[in-house]
Amino acid sequence: MAGALTTSKASNNSTYAGLGNLLMLPSWLIIGFFLVLPVGMMLIYSFLTKEFRGGIIWEFSLAAYDQFFFDRGLFGDDPAKIEWTYIKIFWRSIWQAAVATFFCLIIGFPTAWFIATRTGNSRSIWLFLITIPYWVNLLIRTISMKFLIRDTGPMNEFLISTGIISDPIHIINTNFAVQLGLFYSYLPFMVLPIYASVERYNFSLSEAAADLYASRLTILQKIILPTVKPGIIAGCILVFVPSLGAFLAPDLLGGAKNFMIGSLIEEQFKGNAGNWPFGAAVSMILLSMVLIVLTYYARQQSKEGRR
Amino acid sequence: MNTFLKITASALAMALAAGAAHAEGKLSVYHWFEYIPQELLDKFAAEYDIEVTMDTFDSNEAMLASLKAGKLGSYDVTVPGDYMVEIMAGEGMLDTFTPSELSNFGNIMPQWVDVSFDNGRHSSIPYQWGTTSFSVNRDVYKGDINTTDILFNPPAELRGKINVLDSQGELLALASLHLGIPQCSTDREQLKALNALVQEAKPYWASFGSDIAKDVLVSGDAAVGMIWSGFSAKARSEGANIEYAFPKQGYVVWMDNMVLLKDAPNRDNALKFMNFLLEPENAAAVTNYAQYTAGVTGTEPFLSDDVKNSPESNPPASPVGSFVQACTQDVQKVYDTIWTNLKK
Repeated sequence: MAGALTTSKASNNSTYAGLGNLLMLPSWLIIGFFLVLPVGMMLIYSFLTKEFRGGIIWEFSLAAYDQFFFDRGLFGDDPAKIEWTYIKIFWRSIWQAAVATFFCLIIGFPTAWFIATRTGNSRSIWLFLITIPYWVNLLIRTISMKFLIRDTGPMNEFLISTGIISDPIHIINTNFAVQLGLFYSYLPFMVLPIYASVERYNFSLSEAAADLYASRLTILQKIILPTVKPGIIAGCILVFVPSLGAFLAPDLLGGAKNFMIGSLIEEQFKGNAGNWPFGAAVSMILLSMVLIVLTYYARQQSKEGRR
Repeated sequence: MNTFLKITASALAMALAAGAAHAEGKLSVYHWFEYIPQELLDKFAAEYDIEVTMDTFDSNEAMLASLKAGKLGSYDVTVPGDYMVEIMAGEGMLDTFTPSELSNFGNIMPQWVDVSFDNGRHSSIPYQWGTTSFSVNRDVYKGDINTTDILFNPPAELRGKINVLDSQGELLALASLHLGIPQCSTDREQLKALNALVQEAKPYWASFGSDIAKDVLVSGDAAVGMIWSGFSAKARSEGANIEYAFPKQGYVVWMDNMVLLKDAPNRDNALKFMNFLLEPENAAAVTNYAQYTAGVTGTEPFLSDDVKNSPESNPPASPVGSFVQACTQDVQKVYDTIWTNLKK
């Protein structure tokens, strides 16, 4: 079996010998144009001087990073202190994204497990049902959520009419509403990767463990979780990273009262601030943070692989 | 494969032919959301055989940013507010015309020709003008509403039920009027007071939002909404029991203007469109739709009664409103810090 694999690999190599670089060209072009070029532009912009009312002046400046890390008071001439404003905004965004990811996992894992343990036909129907809401634009789904949860919305009216509550549950314009919005927006990104790894799970392993008197909890801890872990981690990353930069949910459901990282960056380009270098710098800091987390994860993975 | 190619080619040829037969020329408009009736665009398209395309924006600043980021040269006309006309002219983003290029130039009301932001109207024509203040739900609050205290120091029953526009310029202008300090003040104590005022008022506000300003009043999510006059009139006509305030401390007055953009791809058609909008009947159509006030003479016969007598469009003789000022770079920097502090 192993020998057959090697041979076929070798023959592939000789078939495409010399063409390798050429065949890679589309990937390189896509990475170059859509990844390296824009990120490079962001990096360069973050070190340039801001032009009043948007735009940049081609002069090197550290002002954007200075603004992020140092507080010089309302008028910019106090002695520099550590700036907590933006750290707070980052912390709030990370917290919101983490809560959303946590709930996606709590709901997403059993859902994925349920779907993966169905038989062929009904399995595809369940998967199909999961994807249906995502044919609709994110903005429209977020606004619909707003209509559902507001004080005079159907959810509250129903609860009041049945006499379960007497005053509406106030959800709209709270942090909880933002988390709910993020959770709802990104749930399938959790379900689908976990489904993929549960589907590959060999259930005779559970049976074997049970035969050896492992309790249900032990089976979950020692057998199932380690096997489907890559799916769980992929799902968490796919939910956490976009939640971190989201601005639709905070704006529409949270009342735009507090900046999240996404809305802070948007404000630098679309708002009165018009501070492009600062927007680029905040984006670079966010990008670096995500990169550090992902690199750490990748190294952990390769360590485990070697073990 | 061959058949597929043939079909594609013929479809392409038909599309091209249809495009050519469809319209003589093109016009590309960059406009506010919900600010021109589709019928009026259709009327212009039919009358001049011009294909009109329109993109929309939701704030003066967003429009400026988009044009600066490379959209200048793809649009013919856009609709900046008063102070933004001045800023765009300063940035060299506007083309000029002579009054003789517009046969309806004489329809502009005399008081709107020599305006501070475009003296003599060389780049712009009046589109609509109106005011910015706030509306109060009369089912919730019965007291006196003509004071900016409603926004910045609200009575107990209105606290936590206020939506303010997510618009730095207008909100800080109203806050300055509340404090009785000049806009874009350079005085440090006054700026500190401005910062403190909005910080203290924030807990009373439920949300910041411009495009939602009408809906939250109609749905009852907010009992007070900082809002533009015409938007408030629309909310009222959609069933909200609200009254629009003209606070004794003052309120914001603004004029939106259609400007001819630099490097407009269809300059001639842009001028035709501007001239078209200066026809009293067409200016009235915009007013009937947006419920603000046109800066054009002779619109009265075409106005609907609701709009003509709307309380929102008929401010009292006193107090008078003031235009939002464009601050200098130093003051704008402080304003930006105040705004970030407010939303941190």
